[in-house]
Amino acid sequence: MSQSKTATKTAKKTRHPNAAVGEYESPKLLIPVTIERDHIEGLSNAPLTLVEYGDYQCPYCGAAYPEVKKVQKELGSKLRFVFRNFPITSSHEFAEHAAEIAEAAGAQDKFWEMHDFLYEHQELLGDDNSIFAYAEKLGLDVQRLAKEVMNGVYLNRIREDFNGGIRSGVNGTPTFYINGTRYNGPPIAQDLLETLRSTK
Amino acid sequence: MLESKRKKHAKPRREAKRNGILQAGRKAPNFSLNTTPDQKVSLHDFHGRPVVLVFYPADWSPVCTDQLSLYNEIMSEFKKFNAEILAISVDGIWSHLAFSKDRKLTFPLLSDFEPKGRVSQAYGVYKNGIGECGRALFVVDDRGIIAWSYLSPDGVNPGADGILSALENLNNKNRS
Repeated sequence: MSQSKTATKTAKKTRHPNAAVGEYESPKLLIPVTIERDHIEGLSNAPLTLVEYGDYQCPYCGAAYPEVKKVQKELGSKLRFVFRNFPITSSHEFAEHAAEIAEAAGAQDKFWEMHDFLYEHQELLGDDNSIFAYAEKLGLDVQRLAKEVMNGVYLNRIREDFNGGIRSGVNGTPTFYINGTRYNGPPIAQDLLETLRSTK
Repeated sequence: MLESKRKKHAKPRREAKRNGILQAGRKAPNFSLNTTPDQKVSLHDFHGRPVVLVFYPADWSPVCTDQLSLYNEIMSEFKKFNAEILAISVDGIWSHLAFSKDRKLTFPLLSDFEPKGRVSQAYGVYKNGIGECGRALFVVDDRGIIAWSYLSPDGVNPGADGILSALENLNNKNRS
């Protein structure tokens, strides 16, 4: 009895100020994760899914990058991590170009290596020589990569990611979804872990 | 004449105070606010087109910046609905100009500065005691009627999904 009273009290407290739209409900991921299309790190059948919509030039995404790594290390095989593109081109002139490079590397099965490199070297964005030197080190066909980027081969895919993100309630970068629901907390490992652990 | 005009403008403010954010179905209170030192923008100017009103607490604060940058990024989506986007805060015009230039914003920022917060009050989104407006969104239809309104919890950037759905619903309604 007293428990239910407390629950009602809490519900009242957290009631959204706009009564007409009802209780605040965090937006849902409208584009489901698929093995065919998404970049997935971790076991494809892991019980927990963390999706990030990110921008390679965004400093907040740069700061969140090691936090996600911590979360992955902590949860191991229980988690799969998915990255989707959300370049804010009007603020970040190199963001879309970087996304194209990562996608082009992905076409040669080195998406995550390039993704990690770009976040670990955000200061190199715009300096293609250095990035392509790394691509070469990875054993990529750099000529093919450069040509695909120049021809905008992955621009449609990046726009698709972006538009899907908008409709799912991506509201800036980075935006995370945990098992399909937008995570509204800070992009810090401890908080992410807390929410992930309480997700069924 | 003057008296009746005053009454007309006072009504939404009183109701807003009582009921909070103005809801769908209500006439959107008209306003005329500065967007540059010598240029005013009125809601009336956009009669015949949908208008998205974005009330936000302050220039330069992190969440607002994300939110407005996002809308800037998807201007082409809003244009598909022939919608105009107007952002409103209580900041002064010089702050707005600097902020807009810094973020390369392509939609107008309106200054609800004097009398402070009058328009925010009329829409029921002014936060007394704090002196800012809440983070609120309105989609106003081509006849000046509020089609959708939303007040986001503090600190939560509402994104654009709600706006786009409301514009889509308007489009479907007009077609049927």
